[in-house]
Amino acid sequence: MLLLLSASISLSVGTANVPLVQVWKILLHQLPLADHWIQPTWTKAEEMIITQVRLSRVVLAMLVGASLALAGSGFQGVLRNPLADPYTLGVASGASVGAAFLILFGLQAVLGQWTVSIAAFVTGSVTLFIVFSLASSQGKMRVETLILSGVVLQAFLGSLVSFMVSLSNNVVNEILFWLMGSLSMRNWDFSLLLLPYLTIGAIVLAAYSRTLNLFALGERQAAHLGVNVERSKTVVLIVSTLLTAGAVSVSGVIGFVGLVVPHLVRLMFGPDYRLLVPMSAILGGGYVLWADTLARTLLSPKEIPLGVVTAMIGAPFFAYLLVKQKARMKG
Amino acid sequence: MITVQNLTKYYGQKAILDGLSFEVATGHVVGIIGPNGSGKSTLLKLVSGVEPKSSGTILLAGKPVEAYSRKELAKRLSVLQQEALPPLGFTVREVVEMGRFPYQNWLGEEVGGDDGLIDQIMERLCILPLAKRTLERLSGGERQRVALAKAMAQEPKLLLLDEPTTYLDIGFQIQMMDYIRNWQREHKLTVLAVLHDLNIAAQYCDRVIVLKDGGIVADGVPREVFTRSLIQEVYGASATIISHPVSGVPQVLLQPAAMSELPAQIRKI
Repeated sequence: MLLLLSASISLSVGTANVPLVQVWKILLHQLPLADHWIQPTWTKAEEMIITQVRLSRVVLAMLVGASLALAGSGFQGVLRNPLADPYTLGVASGASVGAAFLILFGLQAVLGQWTVSIAAFVTGSVTLFIVFSLASSQGKMRVETLILSGVVLQAFLGSLVSFMVSLSNNVVNEILFWLMGSLSMRNWDFSLLLLPYLTIGAIVLAAYSRTLNLFALGERQAAHLGVNVERSKTVVLIVSTLLTAGAVSVSGVIGFVGLVVPHLVRLMFGPDYRLLVPMSAILGGGYVLWADTLARTLLSPKEIPLGVVTAMIGAPFFAYLLVKQKARMKG
Repeated sequence: MITVQNLTKYYGQKAILDGLSFEVATGHVVGIIGPNGSGKSTLLKLVSGVEPKSSGTILLAGKPVEAYSRKELAKRLSVLQQEALPPLGFTVREVVEMGRFPYQNWLGEEVGGDDGLIDQIMERLCILPLAKRTLERLSGGERQRVALAKAMAQEPKLLLLDEPTTYLDIGFQIQMMDYIRNWQREHKLTVLAVLHDLNIAAQYCDRVIVLKDGGIVADGVPREVFTRSLIQEVYGASATIISHPVSGVPQVLLQPAAMSELPAQIRKI
């Protein structure tokens, strides 16, 4: 409900404001049955803005947010580390290298509008396999080694990206803007691209939610209770990575969503993954939607990079949570 | 119930377990004792199937451990560890219900249902009043009782104990072991228990296996195994063995070394 309200508010504001009631009428008018008894009281331009420009963006914002937050809950569940987020294992850095490389050499359009997305997705996934092979020994992956491998690779790939940024003079802005994340100039196709990842990811993580609960007791405990630890770990990590890579490839690197949203859900609804997984998806969608709405309206007509906004809201909020947690520990 | 033959476990070049063989009959309570680093906990990890062995065989009810799936194994054996539950935000009831995981399908439903089992177990362990409390708000003793309840909810045939009383005060230690013994007797459980405390081992075990440097140095009823010379040999400590005035089981009284027996450096302090 709240998400629906947020979506319509977000649809109504922007460079050209369209009243909220109008937004609803336009949307309902699109439905095949409803269009008989709703009289068009809006201009053609308004309808165009809502259905062609803003609706696709609002939907994409929610999908990206849901994917990142789901991935975040998956990573935190398996790595049992409160600081884990979708980027911990270097997926985003890997994707950034691919995207930055293309942008640097002006190759963004060799394969049409998908070029950067595909490259980002492929390099992001390759990164995960490098991390897996670094971390596994005798068919087992220790969580600590996984995180370390991720951090090491992330640092290395980050330096590659910085190197490419420094190499290019005129295109610096484009690489940096991609890195900071944005949802502008994305049409419906991007949502269609992300939707299958999100659907599969959400189903798999929901199916593994009880297993993630057992993981919270520790890996050995989980094994004693009948969990195939290594297999569950691999499945959840791969699914979470695909979700991340999908989101990053359409929107660039949007930070803090995957870190903060699962924590927020935990504070509100407790640690049970059966609730945490779906609520993360919903809250993550709302979070990115609001951040994107702010990003395009605050300094309108100029856009603030989305990653900047999510971190600007996210970081103080995270600090607030920490302070509250400390206060609770004392009390 | 358990058959171990020629079991060996290497970490790198070092042999932690070196050719162990023993059997545990159904319904027996067998203690495993020995000094730090003797391989007790490793043995338990191999029997519970969370660590792969290097060579040898471990049969549970006639079938090799590694031939069971994790879920099948979890229906037959449960493990109680020394610090079994981390302080989490889950409630006591939620954690006890986790013990039913191996019996549930992927939707979290149980074929047949377990009506009342969880309540019965919590009632027995006197944690029913705590059902809605979260783990982080329990004392160590209460948390360990929740861990035992979770192990009971698995309805195993075999219970492995890995020093479950280490962090408990003496009152909770005895309470914990009593709960386990009553449960064991009612359900004819087989128990394999790694224990630090020799006196607890003597009170509750039908038989003890003494490990040192990955090998078995003694195996038998506590009355025969616990001798002054064995304690000296295995732990390097002098002890007096007396008979418990009520139950008659052997009890080990430790004896500080006399001044003259101490090495020169310690004597100076």
